Amino acid sequence: MQTILSIGADALSYGMVLFIISIGLSVTMGLMKVVNLAHGAFAMIGGYIASYATQQMGLPFGVAIIAAVLGTMLVAVPLERFLYRRIYGAPELTQVLMTIGITFAIIGIANFAMGPTLKTIALPSQLQGPVDLGFRTIAAHKLFAAAVGVVVAIALWFIIERTPFGVRLRASVDDAAMAGALGIRTKIIYAVSFALAVGLAALGGVVGAQLLPIEPYYALHYMVTFLVVVSVGGAGSITGALVAALLLGAVQTTGRYLMPEYGEFFFYLAVIAIVCVFPNGLMGRSK
Amino acid sequence: MSKLLLASLTLALTSSVAFADTIKIGVVGPFSGPAALQGKNFQAGIDAWLAINGNTIGDDTIEIVYRDLPAPDPAQSAALTQELIVSEGVQYLAGYYYTPDAMAAAPILEEGNVPMVVFNAATSAIVNASPYVVRTSFTTWQTSTPMAAVARERGIDKVITVVSDYGPGVDSEAAFVAGFTEAGGEIVESVRMPMNTNDFSPMMQRIKDSGAEAVFAFLPAGPATLGFVQAYVENGLKDAGVTLLAPGDLTQEPDLAALGDNAVGLLTTFHYAVSHDSPENEVFVEAASKAIGSASELSFPAVGAYDGMYVISKMIEATGGNQDAAAAVEAVKGLSWVSPRGPVSINPENRHLTQNIYLREVAQEDGQYINREIQTFENQGDPGWKAP
Repeated sequence: MQTILSIGADALSYGMVLFIISIGLSVTMGLMKVVNLAHGAFAMIGGYIASYATQQMGLPFGVAIIAAVLGTMLVAVPLERFLYRRIYGAPELTQVLMTIGITFAIIGIANFAMGPTLKTIALPSQLQGPVDLGFRTIAAHKLFAAAVGVVVAIALWFIIERTPFGVRLRASVDDAAMAGALGIRTKIIYAVSFALAVGLAALGGVVGAQLLPIEPYYALHYMVTFLVVVSVGGAGSITGALVAALLLGAVQTTGRYLMPEYGEFFFYLAVIAIVCVFPNGLMGRSK
Repeated sequence: MSKLLLASLTLALTSSVAFADTIKIGVVGPFSGPAALQGKNFQAGIDAWLAINGNTIGDDTIEIVYRDLPAPDPAQSAALTQELIVSEGVQYLAGYYYTPDAMAAAPILEEGNVPMVVFNAATSAIVNASPYVVRTSFTTWQTSTPMAAVARERGIDKVITVVSDYGPGVDSEAAFVAGFTEAGGEIVESVRMPMNTNDFSPMMQRIKDSGAEAVFAFLPAGPATLGFVQAYVENGLKDAGVTLLAPGDLTQEPDLAALGDNAVGLLTTFHYAVSHDSPENEVFVEAASKAIGSASELSFPAVGAYDGMYVISKMIEATGGNQDAAAAVEAVKGLSWVSPRGPVSINPENRHLTQNIYLREVAQEDGQYINREIQTFENQGDPGWKAP
């Protein structure tokens, strides 16, 4: 029983980290229809900024998170203006080629500027060390990541479903020409939602850095995981991404505990099974 | 067109005669990609050796030709090796970070009349792949075996082994299990983790449930070690007194800063620590730090490269600069010298390094984390090597 509870706790925390780091990609892929393979690169930039802020400048963790999110958005604005704007609505292959190119460029720059070694983000003392849950101890930063995940999920749902901005975003996505004719400034809407997605990537990079450490190849290493969560959940669906992340987290954690020698077998088996039954993802809208 | 080709061919032929006193050494390693740090260390080791000894041996000048091989890729390794021999005309091959790369290049050596000095790849069988392979690094068997004795000396009876599921991980497990059971210990469980594991909590739960007093772990140097050591501390295994034992790949110096306080007190066995206390190492570390740019990036492949350059220089001396692979390899069999890592010698039987393996403890000194050597296992051969 204790083992089951214990695996459950690990699965939940791992799933929430997966969610928080993938949700930004779900926004770009589902709402903006851009296959952004540079998502991991933006998460990595966020991680580097937070690492630099806490380790070199000695700033507190909270400030570092804000700096990482804003800093990464700042980097993304010119990229959006000059590169991404050209591929909105372009065929997927074009998008994949350009964003993978951006990823390699960012990897090279990171390697040159920050060096090939691991970078860590200094946690405040409250987030260090284990927290006693009664039946076991769990790392405090994992609980923090889970809490951040819940907050992000609720906030994002609210923004997209309940605010005027959300209405305009959905209108622009569904029919950009019509939305433009009605006076919605679609270019600005796209730029803002792109910045939002990139900010979420950076947040995920920082909060998830304890499990997925920051190094130049971060941008590629975890890309498959992000894409899997988004496609299983259904691109653009917040609930879908949440359910997918928790489900896949549970499958992977249980697999690792019980039969580690099978590797990622169960993870991908679950992915194949889900995609067979739900071709558009768990909560994806049919095309 | 064909005249031009002929002319350039003639030029190429005559020029190779004219510059016969320049000896080219081809170095294959990961100079970009995920293991770029280790490639950088190859280069730092070579540059350090050249800075200390100069680039001439007798009348001959050495020239290094680098080829980048970012990830394990046997086909590409064979292609680069061939290219180095045929079009660059290298007399010596060196480097090779990953086992499959060295294995793929080995069959070309005899035909090309070129010796290969392996700077890193750590599987015992590589030296059997060709009589022209000499290795100046270590094998996973060599660094893992002494850990069994360490565990027994500390009164540990029950151990669980947890290794990354690939060649070196399996080697490491086999070496430790063999040594530990022979010394009367009991292995309660052997777990192999997938290579791309990033959340190690379930593994730690499993270690806890196994009831072992210690865990023997092998992970390749790099990102995964951070998650592993962190999970070990955060899941309360360190506090519960479950000892973590591992070969030194887990605590290579460039990763120590990231591992931080969590790593303090970890016991690892390895052939080289940057903090090794000897005059030879002091000279080496100074030159290599200068070459790599920052002392914190210095790691074990640098010393493999540095010693490899020494071996190649002896080969060049022995053959007077002539291309004769058999004579060159023969000349260094049994060679012994004092390396930055301590006294070493080349075993004439398998052309692999016999060296000291040190037990080290991660400690903080002057605000920096180091692998402090606390025990020496002298003149260790490669227990994993089997005569072909």
